[in-house]
Amino acid sequence: MEPIYLDNNATTRVDPAAVEAMLPFFTEHFGNASSIHAFGSKVGQALKQARQQVQTLLGAEHDSEIIFTSCGTESDSTAILSALRAQPERNTVITTVVEHPAILSLCDWLEKEGYIVHKLKVDKKGRLDLDLYKSLLHDGVAMVSAMWANNETGTLFPVEKMAELAAAKGIMFHTDAVQAVGKIPMSLKDSKIDMLSLSGHKLHAPKGIGVLYLRRGCRFRPLLRGGHQERGRRAGTENSPSIIALGRAAELALEHLDYENTEIKRLRDKLEKGILAQVTHAFVTGDITNRLPNTCNIAFEYVEGEAILLLLNKMGIAASSGSACTSGSLEPSHVMRAMGIPYTAAHGTIRFSLSRYTTEAEINHVIEAVPPIIAQLRKLSPYWKENGPVENPEEAFAPAYA
Amino acid sequence: MWEYSDKVREHFFNPRNSGPLEAANGIGDVGSIQCGDALRLMLKVNPDTETIEDAHFQTFGCGSAIASSSALTEIIKGMSLDDALKVSNQNIADYLDGLPPEKMHCSVMGREALQAAIANYRGEKWSDDHEEGALVCKCFAVDAVLIEDVVKANNLNTVEEVTFYTKAGGGCAACHEGIEEILAKIKAERAGPGEVSPPLKPLAPKPAAAPKLTLVQRIKKIEEVLESIRPMLIRDHGDVDLVEVQGRNIYVNLKGACSGCMMEASTLGGIQQKLIEALGELVQVLPVSYMPAEA
Ligand SMILES: Cc1ncc(COP(=O)(O)O)c(C=O)c1O
Ligand code: FES
Repeated sequence: MEPIYLDNNATTRVDPAAVEAMLPFFTEHFGNASSIHAFGSKVGQALKQARQQVQTLLGAEHDSEIIFTSCGTESDSTAILSALRAQPERNTVITTVVEHPAILSLCDWLEKEGYIVHKLKVDKKGRLDLDLYKSLLHDGVAMVSAMWANNETGTLFPVEKMAELAAAKGIMFHTDAVQAVGKIPMSLKDSKIDMLSLSGHKLHAPKGIGVLYLRRGCRFRPLLRGGHQERGRRAGTENSPSIIALGRAAELALEHLDYENTEIKRLRDKLEKGILAQVTHAFVTGDITNRLPNTCNIAFEYVEGEAILLLLNKMGIAASSGSACTSGSLEPSHVMRAMGIPYTAAHGTIRFSLSRYTTEAEINHVIEAVPPIIAQLRKLSPYWKENGPVENPEEAFAPAYA
Repeated sequence: MWEYSDKVREHFFNPRNSGPLEAANGIGDVGSIQCGDALRLMLKVNPDTETIEDAHFQTFGCGSAIASSSALTEIIKGMSLDDALKVSNQNIADYLDGLPPEKMHCSVMGREALQAAIANYRGEKWSDDHEEGALVCKCFAVDAVLIEDVVKANNLNTVEEVTFYTKAGGGCAACHEGIEEILAKIKAERAGPGEVSPPLKPLAPKPAAAPKLTLVQRIKKIEEVLESIRPMLIRDHGDVDLVEVQGRNIYVNLKGACSGCMMEASTLGGIQQKLIEALGELVQVLPVSYMPAEA
């Protein structure tokens, strides 16, 4: 059997149609879009088309609201730093504890630089307390940044509602929609969202291309200064092949949006039910009824995630884990800890993320493969006995130190 | 994914000696589910010969934790207890053809479980002042606890000094921000709660105030200190010799597992601290390779 790729929240395969669209821009149309001559003009036209394709996917009002960047991380950094620089009288950023490191590490650094950062906590299902959020909106807040969809659990935040609440207080709103774009419908022109980040490689476009959506009229300061590309809002010669591939990928994502929310969702649910029906002491994390259609995150108690991944990998199945060991730190995923998932389970969380390339046969295969792997590792675990966890695991296993 | 050696993979996919051991008469439990690593080592020791006749393990942990446990049981089977106690974490890592720096703690856990199991067999109580911090420097596998200890013990103030003592920061420079944070934290602690502590407490005895020792007295004291450290080094398959004393520079020869290993600098730092205390003067302990050629 061909390897089975269920790690599409990490990155995706570039759609062959997107590859086809970009290839001529390495060779025939290698020109610089800024040039006056014919070599450049063809590129300029293609960039314009790509901008419109992304605009359509996002439901943005103007194509000039689309700024091409080098990745999701750059878009995130640009958004938050712009809000602080454009409004020096405001020194506070509101975000959430479950953001991607692209936001969290930046915010940690901002705190060290003297800014105030409020990180909204989440409940057991990864949901925010909107009343608390409302109470934190005041004149000192430069920007609210909340992710649209969580990369580990797929949990969706009510960003449209949050943006309205922020707008009512005159506060800019940014959303890291890297995981959401192309998986759920959106219409930015009907929202109060001021800025949005997306990343090409999560929606079957190449790696190293991103977008910052910037609502017309929103005050802005560029991160990179230089030439007049992207109207001076992001200097640097355009990565034209990748931009053009992203445009095509955006078009394809829009065409597949229905499929994503029906067929992919059905396969995801089948996978989840199929595994949970056979494995005890396992549960789905996140807000089950309000999440991305392609993502499923299962916590397997009393086993460690990296060990599961290695065994899955041996069977040709690719997934990812929130275990400490896969990140090189001592703590399991900050998202799992934020939801209060006990340590007995947090180290054993596995994320399966599907795409439109995922087939029913693959899902059936994974449903068969997972239960024996968990059983095999539990057999090795000092916390597990025959058919269940040892009673009172903390006492049965009495380490000399903990 | 990690760069695991074939040997690690092999022991992970086909662990040896896993599962409970009914006849065990020495059991060592280390780690916890909170840390994501827990290991139970079970030994069947022949009471007449004090040799390990069988060894089994149960492990909750990642690939290298399981492989390290499996390797450990293979290494110690048939060994006398005294020989088994000499198995170091490096031996376990070597047996597996090496572990990634982030995973060395898995082999440390194996060694600790071994000590705990033997103590349990002998009816002794084993405890470890085990403390492990987040990995700060990936290039040289140095964690926060080690950096903090060395910074405190040697009163360090800059990233360069930390690199000199621990190697941390001497590679790709990615960890400089992290090291600076540790330095800043300790500096704040040193400063203490302003009003209460006296303004400028000397952190080490002033050299001038120390009673003058003759050269022979100094060397005797130095030898005493080295003697007291030696058992610890031998346990880690190393040793230390005094080579030369030149003013405040003390040159030593680190041997065996200590020399050239990532911990060499911190070993020297530890020896230096003990010598400063014993001699009552500021001295610098240097590897013999630093000795001026003409001396
Ligand atoms: C939610 C989220 N934000 C940001 C990023 C970073 O995107 P990029 O890899 O394009 O910088 C990712 C990718 O992992 C993500 O999942
Ligand atoms: S991580 Fe410390 S020098 Fe590279």
